[in-house]
Amino acid sequence: MTSIMGSGIRRREDPRLITGAATYTDDVKLPGLTYAAFLRSPYAHAKITRIDVSAAKSAPGVLAVYTGADVNPHVLPVLCAWNTPNCDLKVPPHPVLAQDKVRYVGDAVAVVIAETRAQARDAIDLMDVDYDVLPAETDPEKALEPGAPQFHDDVPGNKAFLWEVMGGDPDGAFANAEVTAKLRIVQQRLLPTAIEARAAVASYHKGTGQLTLWCTTQNPHIHRFLYSVMLKLPEHKVRVIAPEVGGGFGSKIPAYADEAVAAWASMQLGRPVKWTEDRSENYKVTIHGRDHVEYVEMCGTKDGKITGIRGKIFAGLGAYASTAGPGIPTILHGLVYSGAYTIPNIRCTVHGAYTSAAPVDAYRGAGRPEAAYLVERLVDTFARECGLDPVDVRRKNFIPKDAFPYTVATGVTYDSGNYEPALDKALAKVDYKGFRKQQEEARKKGKYLGIGVVSYIEICGLGPSQVAGAVGFGGGLYDSAIVRVYPTGTVRVYIGASPHGQGQETTFAQIISDEFGIPVEHVEIVHGDTETTPQGWGTYGSRTTAVSGSAMKVAATRVKEKAKKLAAHLLEASEADLEWVDGAFAVKGTDRKKTFAELAVMANVAWNMPAGLEPGLEATAFFDPSNFVYPFGTHICTVEVDVETGVVDILRYIAVDDCGPQINPVIVQGQIHGGVIQGIGEALQEIAIYDEDGQLLTGTMMDYAVPKASQMPHIETDHTVTPSPVNPLGIKGCGEAGTIASAACVVNAVIDALQPFGIKNIDKPVTPARVWAAIQAAKAATQGAN
Amino acid sequence: MKRPVTLTVNGARTTVEVEPRALLVHVLRDELNLTGTHIGCDTSQCGACTVIMDGQAVKSCTVLAVQAEGHPVTTIEGMGSVDALHPLQQAFWEKHGLQCGFCTPGMIMTASDLLAHNPDPSEEEIRDALEGNYCRCTGYVNIVAAVKHAAGLIREGARAGAPA
Repeated sequence: MTSIMGSGIRRREDPRLITGAATYTDDVKLPGLTYAAFLRSPYAHAKITRIDVSAAKSAPGVLAVYTGADVNPHVLPVLCAWNTPNCDLKVPPHPVLAQDKVRYVGDAVAVVIAETRAQARDAIDLMDVDYDVLPAETDPEKALEPGAPQFHDDVPGNKAFLWEVMGGDPDGAFANAEVTAKLRIVQQRLLPTAIEARAAVASYHKGTGQLTLWCTTQNPHIHRFLYSVMLKLPEHKVRVIAPEVGGGFGSKIPAYADEAVAAWASMQLGRPVKWTEDRSENYKVTIHGRDHVEYVEMCGTKDGKITGIRGKIFAGLGAYASTAGPGIPTILHGLVYSGAYTIPNIRCTVHGAYTSAAPVDAYRGAGRPEAAYLVERLVDTFARECGLDPVDVRRKNFIPKDAFPYTVATGVTYDSGNYEPALDKALAKVDYKGFRKQQEEARKKGKYLGIGVVSYIEICGLGPSQVAGAVGFGGGLYDSAIVRVYPTGTVRVYIGASPHGQGQETTFAQIISDEFGIPVEHVEIVHGDTETTPQGWGTYGSRTTAVSGSAMKVAATRVKEKAKKLAAHLLEASEADLEWVDGAFAVKGTDRKKTFAELAVMANVAWNMPAGLEPGLEATAFFDPSNFVYPFGTHICTVEVDVETGVVDILRYIAVDDCGPQINPVIVQGQIHGGVIQGIGEALQEIAIYDEDGQLLTGTMMDYAVPKASQMPHIETDHTVTPSPVNPLGIKGCGEAGTIASAACVVNAVIDALQPFGIKNIDKPVTPARVWAAIQAAKAATQGAN
Repeated sequence: MKRPVTLTVNGARTTVEVEPRALLVHVLRDELNLTGTHIGCDTSQCGACTVIMDGQAVKSCTVLAVQAEGHPVTTIEGMGSVDALHPLQQAFWEKHGLQCGFCTPGMIMTASDLLAHNPDPSEEEIRDALEGNYCRCTGYVNIVAAVKHAAGLIREGARAGAPA
């Protein structure tokens, strides 16, 4: 039987999804279902002086109206679970309903529970709240300046934390450097925009004291824990179900107030409560991504050797510290400043700030795209200062392939890598030298072509639990699987991770099929229900296959070892004389064998077990990796910039990624495609904008520029394969790579195109207006100089 | 307040009591239990709610249920079943044209409108036709490939004399 590993088989998830038969959270209907709607603050920062809900309470169909005074004594504030150590982190309480003060537009003030969606919405309009409006500040740098409005009484100057990582002697390196390149980078706020917004159906059974919560979650076990704490329910009385989940991109990791309030309402009313976020709520209230203002610099020698990198980062946490908020601009950002390079001297200082904007948490890549962006923008800028080709500078500074495992100056150890083949492959695909010639010719004709190269690394496959604990993450980062073999030899696997589009129902079945030599159709992968699945830590950080998949591999190996013992017994042979051939244990040199299916039935009926061997054929494994994994690759983008209009046209986008061995290359490609487009959106058009009063100006899809099919390029993919030594599959993870590489890749290409104007930087998104303005400013400067 | 409205959805006639302000998408989902049609925005951008009405793709969040009376509607549930997939469903499956699947029903309905009017669209025509349908997972590459593949399947089916 040929192995199904590495085969691009069709996904088994798809039949239900393409026929409309799948069940997402808002599709869940229960007898007696009621509906929740929230009254939200229209102001960014204000004191609440009066709330009058009397008219709403007597509105048709309304069952209950709750304000902070009703709920807050019973439900704990929204939990922050990443308490980054050694940075004087301050985490002010985030009440589930704002009581005295609102701190961002969308902060929930009251909730209505009614018989229908429409009745709940109508009642919201009958509420009357008086606000005493206070000044707002949504810029993280300005929020830390003297005289900025004070948002939390117990956080002086809005200073959430001051975190630093240092390796080598960065100040010495810069003092002695021949060349220094500096940039001010704004990592604009981004709206994660899962096409399914958040939703919850909470059903509390007063007879059993059990809460069942269907919700849009990437990590049902984390939510079981967090909501059980917030609701003061024993954890074993809370069941969280992730039905079909319509994308997450990080936004469905954190705990939120809304789900907790819906659950509490169900506990009061003894009826199920559904809450479904609309898109404008989603843009105001669901977490945002990024939000850094960065002052970064790179130094080195004239011949292109990089000797140091320093960053002073202002990171906005938003109004409150979201569940993983403090960990993202620190641990997931500062530790990878070395990128793919041997940079001996590094310092990253992060000033965390509370602002009057939506909380910031993980958005695809979470901290690592920001790091890759600044490193890769700096490499280009540094190369230009040296008068060298940016490709040559990358090559000159790559960590050599024989240096792995390699510990960078920030102290983390890269598992494995071989960076030049990916670079070479991408260069060959684009014909780099040919393009440079074409660029030169085009410039003579007044056409501005550019090429951007990015050789990224990322830290993912999160991660060793011991490290998680050491860096303040309030949970483990192992994962789990139960492999259960039925008497007929079919298999169900229960995993702790919670995929929501990444295709692990298929890829994990491929792994099991390969392991047991059984048809892939005989394997079912079960996930997303805390009632049936073992403790897991969720699907994010490109960790599911590397960690949960490895747990499954370990469990499958245990099953197979037990099956071998049984086979030896039944075949009256010693285990040493058995070999695994075509899905059966056979006695070497004979035709005597026991197939996996035969062993499954014999183990399950247990009529003839060897002494000391328990009946049944199943195993549970908890896999905790010994290190993170560090995928890498080179992306190249070519663009044409219309200097009359500032419009950027992507000509080609080439992604060469190395995520180790690929179980299903079609699915890997899909992950890369999606990731790349999110990064291109970040580079060219996506930005969440608050005005000076803290109003979100991009509060709907009319205003926030989600990439459309008509705007986006085709993506060419290729790969190299460098296995990771830290898990039994050698897997590195591919969910975030595209986003991590592509934003810098596109902006590098645009800046390259604009070199005749001497333009060094344009803040992303490099919209036509910004490109045009930069060209005008450059022209004016040249004329002024003349 | 409520009034009866008779809808013909996927060939079945049903009379439901709805408020005049009720959107078609809410009636499809909440009253008719056709939850394959999704809601992804409030402003008619995302296209997750796209259905076919009178042979044309419409965003069912922008149609009042009462407007749909007398105008046959097809939803994703009316396209094909797991046992008998529509060529578009087949093609989305074969080309990995979906990940989380939330936008997929709307994508398929819009694509069916395109292919009804243009049986052999170019990549650019496909991308233009889908500009009112947002996908956050796939980067559109495989959606474009799926629609192109479906066009081929439908043309082959037509040549073979089979119903598309």
